[in-house]
Amino acid sequence: MRKIAVAASLLLLISTIGCAGTPAASPTPTQSAGTPTPQLSESNTLVVISHGSFAISDEAKAAFAAESGYEVSYVSPGSAGTIVNQLILSKDVPLGDVVFGIDNTLAGRAIKEGVLSPYSSAALPQAASTLAADQIGSLTPIDYGDVCLNADKAWFEAKNLPIPQTFDDLAKPEYKNLLVVTNPASSSPGLAFLAGTIAVKGDPDYLEYWSALKDNGVKVTQGWTEAYYTEFSGSEGKGSRPLVLSYASSPMYEAGKNAESPTQALLETCVRQVEYVGIIKGAQNEVGARKFIDFLLSSQVQASIPDLMYMSPVDDQVTLPPDWAKYTSMVKDPILLDATVVSAQRDTWIKAWTETVIG
Amino acid sequence: MTSASAPGRMAAKVSLRTWSVAAGVIPIVFLATFFIWPMLTLVGRGFVNAEGFTLAEVSSVFESARTWRILGQTLLQASVGTVVAVLAGIPGAFVLYCRSFPGRNLVKALVAIPFVLPSVVVGVAFRALINEQGPLGFLGLGDSFVSIIAALVFFNYSVVVRTVGVLWSRLDPRASDAARSLGATRFKAFITITLPGLAPAIAAAAALTFLFCASAFGIILILAPANYGTVETEIYYQTTQLLNLPAAAALSIVQLVIVTATLIVSNIARSRNETALKLRSDENTQPLRVADWFPTTITALVGFGLLAAPMANLVWRSLHTRSGFGLGNYAALAVVSPGMAASVWQAILNSLMTATMAMGIAVLLGIQVSYLLSRRPKTKSGRRALNLLDSVFMLPLGVSAVTIGFGFLITLNRPPLDLRTSWVLIPLAQAMVALPLVVRTLLPTWRAISPRMREAAASLGSSPAGILTRIDLPYLSRGIGLAIGFAFATSLGEFGATSFLARPDRPTLPVLIFRLISRPGAENFGMAMAACVVLAALTGVIMALAEWIGPKTTGWV
Repeated sequence: MRKIAVAASLLLLISTIGCAGTPAASPTPTQSAGTPTPQLSESNTLVVISHGSFAISDEAKAAFAAESGYEVSYVSPGSAGTIVNQLILSKDVPLGDVVFGIDNTLAGRAIKEGVLSPYSSAALPQAASTLAADQIGSLTPIDYGDVCLNADKAWFEAKNLPIPQTFDDLAKPEYKNLLVVTNPASSSPGLAFLAGTIAVKGDPDYLEYWSALKDNGVKVTQGWTEAYYTEFSGSEGKGSRPLVLSYASSPMYEAGKNAESPTQALLETCVRQVEYVGIIKGAQNEVGARKFIDFLLSSQVQASIPDLMYMSPVDDQVTLPPDWAKYTSMVKDPILLDATVVSAQRDTWIKAWTETVIG
Repeated sequence: MTSASAPGRMAAKVSLRTWSVAAGVIPIVFLATFFIWPMLTLVGRGFVNAEGFTLAEVSSVFESARTWRILGQTLLQASVGTVVAVLAGIPGAFVLYCRSFPGRNLVKALVAIPFVLPSVVVGVAFRALINEQGPLGFLGLGDSFVSIIAALVFFNYSVVVRTVGVLWSRLDPRASDAARSLGATRFKAFITITLPGLAPAIAAAAALTFLFCASAFGIILILAPANYGTVETEIYYQTTQLLNLPAAAALSIVQLVIVTATLIVSNIARSRNETALKLRSDENTQPLRVADWFPTTITALVGFGLLAAPMANLVWRSLHTRSGFGLGNYAALAVVSPGMAASVWQAILNSLMTATMAMGIAVLLGIQVSYLLSRRPKTKSGRRALNLLDSVFMLPLGVSAVTIGFGFLITLNRPPLDLRTSWVLIPLAQAMVALPLVVRTLLPTWRAISPRMREAAASLGSSPAGILTRIDLPYLSRGIGLAIGFAFATSLGEFGATSFLARPDRPTLPVLIFRLISRPGAENFGMAMAACVVLAALTGVIMALAEWIGPKTTGWV
């Protein structure tokens, strides 16, 4: 009995400490000379929250740390969708200072929930202004990529079948049981692709289109890895389906050192995915967060994005790796998404899509 | 004589009680801070809306047909997985623990590997076997319930084999020998004599397997069709994608109920049979004989067909490069590939470092918890309290990492406990996952120490510290090797909790493997496979060492 009593009182003690614990001392605003708005917070540490694919070179990181004098820590608590929800949940006591990787399918939700502080970086190139998530600069675009269907060229050649081109082609009987896509409920390219079909087919006609795809044997996996490496016939997994949802750049990685890739992107199915960086509202180091955003827009970081993050930089002035330029420049007219519409409709779309396709 | 020993015994009792309380405090504080508090806080959020406390939203989750369908799928998957794992594991336990043959220890270490492999890669390897084009494609198992069960058995086979095998090897064979000499068939002797004797171990193994099967996550995402969901995948979806906290709360409560019910059933099955056991102190192994053909055939079928095939497939794929077969993928492990922040070898170092810390924490706490749980209180309430404590420390096996990960965000958020973005949380989270296994491994060792020995030592004038060093520690050293091995290997392969706390610049090996397999191209895929083989080999070596250091008298009970 005594043991339970001790255990119980300890539990009680711990929860009391937890609940009654004094809130974190609010950061003392430092007036740093070069900053135009003196009420910004600053501290000597900077916490960068990102998804797992965020990468900048060690040299660039070291240069930023040396120049800014901050102790920078990088944390990756999940996928971009997970991170947005974590920011919403921890709104009262922000998780970090700056967040990278929120894309245009999630941007609207993050903005609406008020987890971001606007900032308009002077370093943002003119070319990137079309990619903005809202008018007040809640998020700053850093890179973009095109989510496109990929085809296994050899498969179509062997069957003597032309490679499909458009969304409508995919519903034709000759392409039955050939396509694998990812679930928009759990995968960000899946959501971008769904939003793309809605942008083209309209709401609610997209449901009819997806119902036709379902009848034509579309397969849905939870994530990209399963679709690409176990179902797709054109990559390592040697699956059975020659059409897969991936990126415009994927054929480049299938080519390796060869001049020609065994796969190709279907250019009329490409949906532009934009990745943003933003300052977390209530950040302890807003000055540092701004500097970090400027740093991500510097030509040093921008030029390294294709190699390190498999995306295209928003700065159109930096020199791209030749192969990268070759494959990504094929996408001339991608489907562009309206971040506000996507975030307002996201849950409704996913629900309706799930009822139509998964059942 | 009596007058001399009574005060001594009393002194021993008092110091034992103090010692027990002390042993309980630290682990309870640890579990309360890093597990129970975050979990309850998140669950609590599900009961609060704009107007204040409400049951409406959580209860509406229980009214939806989807919730019940998912619960049904979870229970079915866990029950079938457990039954198949137990049926497949019992012959394996006999062959690997009651019979000797050359290379037995190697086989034991190999069998333990699947348990700690990252589920993403295992999923891809499994899928590759059963896909239409795969070597087992003719079975037509793609997207089937059978493939999910096969994968669950792949992961949990060693749990059953080890737990049952250890007890079996110490079961007194005389009763079953007598039955046979009186004319019972081998089968009848097994059913009527041996099986009831094994019941406590089977119950314990089944409980662990059930919890692992019910909370399987990565493997379900990869192998299950899109309309299939379990409580674990649903919590992930509702929480990380929709931030639907009432649903997260309701489903977490379901998980708590599943864990508690599983342990109650297992405890009843164990205590009903434990008293009747006659154990030998030494192991009873005989050379493998022709008469053992039946269990040997089953073990070989499961071993080669279910365990070795996916692992062999991994090795085979890791040797496949763009320029043909070779060691190219292994050579690439030393190189930092673009965007990965670390080479595979660096990631292994990161993993070894965090796993060492996690192992240290888990073993230190595990020693204390198992010591406490091995006590035999005289009062009913004391026994109840211990049973409760036992269940509480098993919770990390059955409760979703998502609930804990999101719970951290709203609890450990103020100094001095603002650890949300601290790397320290990685070994802490891994230790919590490893702790239940350490406790299970050490419990039988503690239970093997007769309380009379301690009392005798105390009455002969030994201090509590003396009892500890002369009686407890020598005994403990017999079980500690295996506990260290399990804690280390589990932490090394841990992915669920770690993925909420990953450092993009200092990835652990499972995190790096996940990242590699999330990118296109033969190089990334091949490296992921090679890295996975290295992880498997590392695990195998650790388990072989643990098997070698550890005694033969420890199992999960």
